[in-house]
Amino acid sequence: MSRILLLFAHPALDVSRVHRSLLGAARDVAGITIHDLYEQYPDFDVDVTREQQLLLEHDTIILQFPIYWYSTPPLVKQWQDLVLTHGWAYGRGGTALKGKRLFCAVSSGGGQRAYSPEGFNRVSLDRYLLPIEATARLCGLEYLAPFVVHGTHRLDSGEIAAAAEEYRRVLEEARNG
Amino acid sequence: MASGFFFQAFVYLAAAVVAVPVAKRLGLGSVLGYLLAGAVIGPWGLELVGTGGDDVMHVAEFGVVMMLFVIGLELEPSLLWRLRGPILGLGGLQVLATSAIGAVVAHLLGLPWPAAIAVGMTFSLSSTAIVLQTLQEKGWMRTSGGQGAFAVLLFQDIAVIPMLALFPLLTPAGAATAAGTHATLVDGLPAWGRTLAVLAAVAAIVGGGRLLLRPAFRVIAATRLRELFTAAALLLVVGIALLMSAVGLSPALGTFLAGVVLATSEYRHELESDIEPFKGLLLGLFFIAVGASLDFGLIAAQPGAIAGMVALALGGKALLLFLLSRAFRMATAQGLLFALALPQVGEFAFVLLGFAATLGVLSAEVANPLVAVVALTMGLTPVLLAFFERVVMPRVGTTEAAPRDADEVHGDAPVIIAGFDRFGNTVGRLLRANGVRTTVLDHDSERVEVLRRLGLTVYYGDPTRLDLLKAAGAERARVIVVAIEGREQVRGLVETVHKHFPHLTVFARAADRDDASELLDADVTHVYRETLDTSLRLGVDVLRHLGHRAYPAGRAARAFLRHDEATLRELAALRGDRSRYLSTARERIAELEQLLLADRAEGGVERDMGWDPTTLREEARES
Repeated sequence: MSRILLLFAHPALDVSRVHRSLLGAARDVAGITIHDLYEQYPDFDVDVTREQQLLLEHDTIILQFPIYWYSTPPLVKQWQDLVLTHGWAYGRGGTALKGKRLFCAVSSGGGQRAYSPEGFNRVSLDRYLLPIEATARLCGLEYLAPFVVHGTHRLDSGEIAAAAEEYRRVLEEARNG
Repeated sequence: MASGFFFQAFVYLAAAVVAVPVAKRLGLGSVLGYLLAGAVIGPWGLELVGTGGDDVMHVAEFGVVMMLFVIGLELEPSLLWRLRGPILGLGGLQVLATSAIGAVVAHLLGLPWPAAIAVGMTFSLSSTAIVLQTLQEKGWMRTSGGQGAFAVLLFQDIAVIPMLALFPLLTPAGAATAAGTHATLVDGLPAWGRTLAVLAAVAAIVGGGRLLLRPAFRVIAATRLRELFTAAALLLVVGIALLMSAVGLSPALGTFLAGVVLATSEYRHELESDIEPFKGLLLGLFFIAVGASLDFGLIAAQPGAIAGMVALALGGKALLLFLLSRAFRMATAQGLLFALALPQVGEFAFVLLGFAATLGVLSAEVANPLVAVVALTMGLTPVLLAFFERVVMPRVGTTEAAPRDADEVHGDAPVIIAGFDRFGNTVGRLLRANGVRTTVLDHDSERVEVLRRLGLTVYYGDPTRLDLLKAAGAERARVIVVAIEGREQVRGLVETVHKHFPHLTVFARAADRDDASELLDADVTHVYRETLDTSLRLGVDVLRHLGHRAYPAGRAARAFLRHDEATLRELAALRGDRSRYLSTARERIAELEQLLLADRAEGGVERDMGWDPTTLREEARES
């Protein structure tokens, strides 16, 4: 059993069909700590001690967020800047996160084809997550392939439900594995 | 007859309008202004008003009655309960000790015992009207000296009743029939009947206030005729005064009681704003009448004796008050304020001395000079308080020594905080926690002492005074935080700063929209309404409680704040000169309506289009 910390970041959950479903699926999985960053820190005043403690208490960290403009919502960046401190997460003595696992669960408006060498965005979505992958490497975290929901604007409710079901399966696997 | 009335009214009003601004300009306070005006127009000055001053006095005493009603309205029962210790302890001791010592002194000066006791009791009372007016004007009500004075005054107002009941017992045998002139409805009743009548009257006020007045006011308010509400408020006060007089109680006490009963009602503010102008005018009239009644002939005939008695009364009472303040552990400065605020003999003395004279307890030869003495002690009160403010306060500010560390004192703290109550102290603590040095100005000596002990640079005194601002380093500071209470005080301080220290940036606390508008009119850019941020925070938490997300709710509140500030500035520009008069409840409602309309038109809430995928979805569906 792996202890899972789901760091959720969405500035406008009310208008997101996909993330409401994904989050609902995650809530159904027992033994996951869901940590809603925008709900906890609407003023961006991230509580560093508390966040580090949460990281220590878990083995697998999932960053769930929508891709806006090829990047994370700003609070995720703020969280990285403040929580992953030198001497704790990286650098001399910075081994707190060593050996833990991390992966992203993201949604993108563009379809899978747009994120391909032939598509509009030229490269796959993984490449746009490189900064997080590099962060994980620097902190000694094992970086796993992301869970991606593509083309969110075109999805009908059935497809969204299917994506949520898939997400539940991924989470259970991560927990049990 | 009518022209006579108009001429009298003209003389009184003109005297007030001329004398009060002059007195305030000289920093003497409005009470002294009224008293001087009265002396000038009185029989010994310009002779514009004759001996009719007595009749005016009767009308004007009603101002005191109204003042107690308004004070009652401002006093919640819980506060009264909290003050029960000082009222009974401090007030009770003051009245008993002063009465006893006064009686002994009067007896030693040659009065027979009954007369001496009457004089002692009379002289134990202080002037609620003068003292409260002055304390409020100077902003000293919240200090411990001010609270003590208030408690003592309350006790005295209550103590008048047993005194009025006691006086007939002092009547020398044979003179008793003279008492018939003070007729009340209950005179014919036996003692237990009178007690019963008194209890019934008090019960009627408390019970009626709770059960009858609210529905009655609701019906009257529903007519939406403003003057009718004013009439009803006046009717209430007059009615209670009549009822109280009928059973032989003090009308002032009755209306005070009614005020307290209504303090928790929803009509409190409307009643207050309706009675306020009448109260102010009548109180002014009362002070003028006191000034006019000063018998300068009598004073000139025996100046030594009168001056001696005035000095004896003021000195003796002040000494006793100061000793009491010590016994009740007030700080020195607060004790001095307490002692210098209350040593005069109060307006009830005119009633009591008159009553004693009709009863035959005092002869006219004794009573008349005493009336002059009483009026003089009242006239000297504003002078004593000015003395306290100018001479005592800067010196005995606090018993604690000023901070020794030279560069703490002369170091140029960039921020001056004027007023360190619940508002200012939060600002100060935040700045201090972030290493910003501040200089604090405050007029509560006990708070000042604590702050100094903790190492803060604190100056004690009225922050609106130029010399104090200079001493606090206003010439070298960059910012002044105006966190004091009271419209007049804030306005005065802002004016002084703009005039003498134009380089200082003013950050001002405003009580409400009116206040904020006034400050904006006075060219203050940084204006902070004291409850705005808190109510928005509460609103955000309600939204969250209902399931709204924290981040959008917070953004909505910030958007609302910007929108509200913009509206405030717009409306302030529109209102211009009208702002000062926007004080009635109805006008406030009209303003609220305007605000709500603006919220709807401009949309207090902005939609965050950047996050909204609606149009994207539409486009995706079309392609």
